[in-house]
Order: sequence, then structure tokens, then C-alpha cells
Amino acid sequence: MGAAETHASILSLPQLVNGDAGLVRRGRYLTATFLVEAGGTEFLVLVREGRIAAVERGPFLMRSWTFALRASAEAWERFWDPIPAPGYHDLFAMKKLGVARIEGDLAPLMANLRYVKDVVAAPRRKRRS
Amino acid sequence: MAGPVFEPIRGTYVHLPLDGRPHRLYFEEAGQGTPLVCLHTAGADGRQFRHLLNDEAITRHYRVLAFDMPWHGKSLPPAGWQDEEYRLTTRGYVELILAFCDALGLERPVVLGCSIGGKIVLELARLHPERFRALIGLESAAYQPPWYDDTGWLHRPDVHGGEICGALMSGLIAPQSPDETRWETLWGYMQGGPGVFKGDLHFYRVDGDFRDRIGQIDTGRCPLYLLTGEYDFSCTPEDTRLTAEKIPGARFTVMTEIGHFPMAENPAQFRRYLLPVLDEIRAAKR
Repeated sequence: MGAAETHASILSLPQLVNGDAGLVRRGRYLTATFLVEAGGTEFLVLVREGRIAAVERGPFLMRSWTFALRASAEAWERFWDPIPAPGYHDLFAMKKLGVARIEGDLAPLMANLRYVKDVVAAPRRKRRS
Repeated sequence: MAGPVFEPIRGTYVHLPLDGRPHRLYFEEAGQGTPLVCLHTAGADGRQFRHLLNDEAITRHYRVLAFDMPWHGKSLPPAGWQDEEYRLTTRGYVELILAFCDALGLERPVVLGCSIGGKIVLELARLHPERFRALIGLESAAYQPPWYDDTGWLHRPDVHGGEICGALMSGLIAPQSPDETRWETLWGYMQGGPGVFKGDLHFYRVDGDFRDRIGQIDTGRCPLYLLTGEYDFSCTPEDTRLTAEKIPGARFTVMTEIGHFPMAENPAQFRRYLLPVLDEIRAAKR
């Protein structure tokens, strides 16, 4: 799969998340904008009370975000494998492996960690189904 | 209509002095034969071993025992806890295990520990090999590099302790593990007392660097088995391999489709690795 597929998966987050009532409920106390980078291309994910209001595709000139999750397109693809390989099965696993970085204000991320992990893993759940 | 189902597990409390203070320790047991003492992971409790305790292939030959460490599960913290910061130490953990085995009169038990429990068996192997028939370390290493900087995230007022412990640990479970046991494992993490997981990690990450001493372990005096799940990125197979290479005679196995919580996250897969080890220990009849 190429970068276009990776980008399409990120752009599909509103549909994948907002259709999952349990996930939206678990994120209801999070309103924030976080950044997802896939191999140099940046996306801003706008979360409003657990719903994904929008995903905007960069490049951006000067935008605020709360925290950032950065990996190569290939790493995201491996992360979204229906059965990911060891090291690619979790955001923090990828960070320890050195193929992902987590930056910015970590408090909102840690306070909503299950929600955020489930949001970025949503394309994997779709590929499993 | 089928009648009620009762499990063969029995639970009770034993009173132990630990570090000079009275403690009331909860434990469960099932089976008969060689004692098999099971040590749960950091921030969890003995419920992680409920599948072992219910496994007739094991309890036919082994008396399986699993206690909740003080501050965990049904074992309360000692009186006066409210003004203290809980911190597990190597010395205190060894004292706890020996005191439990002494109180129950266990004769040369096998000890099986996971994560912090896997780490402490390395100290049991080094200091007290004559007291144990065999030692089994799951997700065990003399040292494992940390995968996040600050355990303070686990205990602060603006982050829910149960939610963060569960969410962090979720990544250490293999993707193949069944949903039921995955979420049951995480429920245990979500139920820990404030600061308890963090306090256990003081041992796991700070006090428990055993790289300078594992060379003293003599597996001729007590067999040592080290089994690590391929999806564990807290204690990786590589971390365990580095440890095993420093201990002549240590038996090292990588478990496929398993993460950091073998007995809890995927009991069916784990028993494929554990049963041969238990058979081998039994056959040795030392």
C-alpha cells in the first residue's frame, strides 16, 4: 500500500470514529486538536467532545496543536495490519521501537489515552472487518 | 437445567509480619502436590492466575497458590498507609515471598512469577536456590530499558489512575489474545489503588537492576526457566535473552502470540508453554 492509502485512512477518521457510539462516549471530555504525521505529511485531527469534527490535511503555515503522533507512512500501515507484527501493535510499542514519536502537551493525551489509542487504531479495526 | 458451578479455588487470609509490621495477606489455592507459588504483575493481583488455579492438568500434580501482594487485590495496606508513599523494594519483595512460603510450611516450592514477579525470581535464584525446586520467570529480565520517561503519569490528580494504567497496559497484550481475557486483564489494572502500580515500578525500573549480580546464579542448584512473550515491549524477548546468556543453564523460550501477561491474557496459548515446563520439573524429582 502506498502513502495515498495511508492518507485516505487518516482522512477517514471522522467516519470511523463518529459511527462508534462507545468510542465517542469515552472521548466526551476531550476537546483538542492533535497532529498526525505520516511520512512528512501532516494532518490535524479536530476532536470536539469525542467526535471528530474534521481532519485537515497540511501543509500548514502556522497552526496550533496539543500533541503530535508522528510515524512514517509505512509504520502506520504496519500498525493498521489486521494482525500487526510485534513492535507495530501499539503506539507506545512503535515509540519504543523508534518508528514513532509522541510530542507536545502530553497531559490531555494521557488523560484520554484509551480514547486516542482507539481513534488512531480505527483503520485497523476497519481492515479486520 | 444445569446446577450452579463452583470452582475448586479456596481463598483465605494469612497474617504475616513484614518489615516489622503486621499484614493480612489474601491468597487463593487449588490442587495438590508440589507447591507452585504464583507471583502477579505490578499493579495487579492474584486473579491473574485464576485459569491456572482452574486447570486440572496442573492442579492434578501441583498445589497452586497465588497471593495478592500487600496494597493489591484483597490484601490491605498495613495500618498507617495513609501517610506513606508505597514503594516496592527488592529486599521487601524477597522477604514477602519467603515469609509466605514459611507461614504455609511449603517445602521447596516452585515459584512462577510474571514481570516484577519474573524479575524477583532472579534474586530468589541467586540468594536462596536451596529453598526452591525450580524457578520460572515470565517476562523476566535483569534489566529492561524503560518505554516512557515518567511513572508520575500513573499517580496524579488530573489523570485517572485506573484509566491510565489500563490504557498503557493495553499495548502490552498480544493482538491475538481473546477479547474476554484481554479486558479482564485490563480491568485488574483499572482497579489498582492510587500509586500502587507506580510503587511497584520503583522495583521494576529503579531498584531492580540486577545486571551486576545475575552471573552469581547457579542453575545447578535450582533450575531456572525464562519465558517471554513476543509482543512484550516492556520486557522484550531480547531483554530476556541478554539475561539468559549471562546465566549458564538458564532455559529461555520465546512465546508466540503472547504479550506481557501470559497467564491472564491468553491462558490457552500460555499453557502450551507452561505444561511441558511443569512436567519436566516434576520428572526431575530432585
